[in-house]
Amino acid sequence: MEVIIENLPLYWEGLLRTLFLSVVSGIIALILGTLLAAARVSPVAALRGFSTVYVEILRNTPLTIAFFFAAIVLPRLGVTFQQFEVAAIIALSAYTAAFIAEAVRSGVNSVPLGQAEAARSIGMNFGQVLNLIILPQALRTVIPPLINILIALVKNSSVAGAFFVLELFGYGRQMANANGDQVMAVLLGVAFFYLLLTIPLGILASTVERKVAIAR
Amino acid sequence: MFARFFFMTTHVPGDALVSLNGVNKHYGQLHVLKDINLHVRKGEVVVVIGPSGSGKSTLCRAINRLETIEGGTISIDGKVLPEEGKELAQLRADVGMVFQSFNLFAHKTILENVTLGPIKVKGVAKAQADKEAMALLERVGVGHQAPKLPAQLSGGQQQRVAIARALAMKPKVMLFDEPTSALDPEMINEVLDVMIQLAKEGMTMVVVTHEMGFARKAADRVVFMADGQIVEDAKPEEFFTNPKSDRAKDFLSKLLTH
Repeated sequence: MEVIIENLPLYWEGLLRTLFLSVVSGIIALILGTLLAAARVSPVAALRGFSTVYVEILRNTPLTIAFFFAAIVLPRLGVTFQQFEVAAIIALSAYTAAFIAEAVRSGVNSVPLGQAEAARSIGMNFGQVLNLIILPQALRTVIPPLINILIALVKNSSVAGAFFVLELFGYGRQMANANGDQVMAVLLGVAFFYLLLTIPLGILASTVERKVAIAR
Repeated sequence: MFARFFFMTTHVPGDALVSLNGVNKHYGQLHVLKDINLHVRKGEVVVVIGPSGSGKSTLCRAINRLETIEGGTISIDGKVLPEEGKELAQLRADVGMVFQSFNLFAHKTILENVTLGPIKVKGVAKAQADKEAMALLERVGVGHQAPKLPAQLSGGQQQRVAIARALAMKPKVMLFDEPTSALDPEMINEVLDVMIQLAKEGMTMVVVTHEMGFARKAADRVVFMADGQIVEDAKPEEFFTNPKSDRAKDFLSKLLTH
């Protein structure tokens, strides 16, 4: 156990890095995912097609491939970056956006069609219908799956550890190497610090869910 | 003289506010609208009746392009309905629509339901929109419900709010798609009263309904539809006392047996 106490600063540093990766990727993925969902329900066939192809490819291939792509293929195509963190954020947000797009789309579909018809009949354009009428109501059904996706994102960020990004899992690996006799304790510590991030997310989910509930 | 007046009211597209010319629509194999020609003058109240599946709701929804059509043209105040886009949205703002299932915005208060269109679509200042909305809500008798959410109101109240929401856009014509069909019997009249008042004030209205009482009381013309066609187009007293087609006679006899 004392290996955890001794390495608390490292754990803390790892926690902050993981938090940073998750928050930045999460925000980008939320924006990108919502745009993809909007494209998916738009009247423009080309946008619908693009969104469908994007979601199906990213959702159905392993996250590791997205990481390899961001870390190795992108630089060869001329997209270079100073830190691997950037590649990690690109991979994580691109991957997570696909899941968010699907969650938002199903939320949009849960809003009765009459709401959109009423909005169109008073002269709103597609963007207004979506932003003022559909998305605010979709939010209610989207929150629980969205939080699940964000919890998965926090855990998925550990893959960055394998790509030379130092975050919670990456530090864990370092500590496990340095304390070969106490690997179990080190990893339990890592798990505990992940829980420190993910459990509050779950609690947040149920609170927000109650707040945005709309009576029908 | 009467013949000439009658001719003018029914068949001259020139001064028509809503004009449907040779409109056709299919749902797969089903031909729901067959060569529909209908012209509604300014200030006229046209009631569309007919058995279920006759295409009357589709007709009503086609007028503001909630249903697309495959052939023919529909024009509002001389402008042909455009395809999807900004122009269509502008034209829709001139056409008020009241739905069978009210479709009030569930996440907005009653007041916001009425002000949203004027503020977001027409760019009316909030204070002005609030004032006008309150006047409309008072007019339909639900002023005191303004801060509530739609789910807290009865069906009849919700439908009156829906009428106020449509009126807030100052439409040239109002479409009613079976506005009382989802209501409990004791709430039907409170909605019909608002509609009769509206008709008296000179609003141009196309009303799809099963309420024959409303048709007798407020309609200038009754259009009887069956199997996607307009079978009869006559003044209410003429239609109800002396229907010409067998289809209409059959329909009316079924109504009167109850």
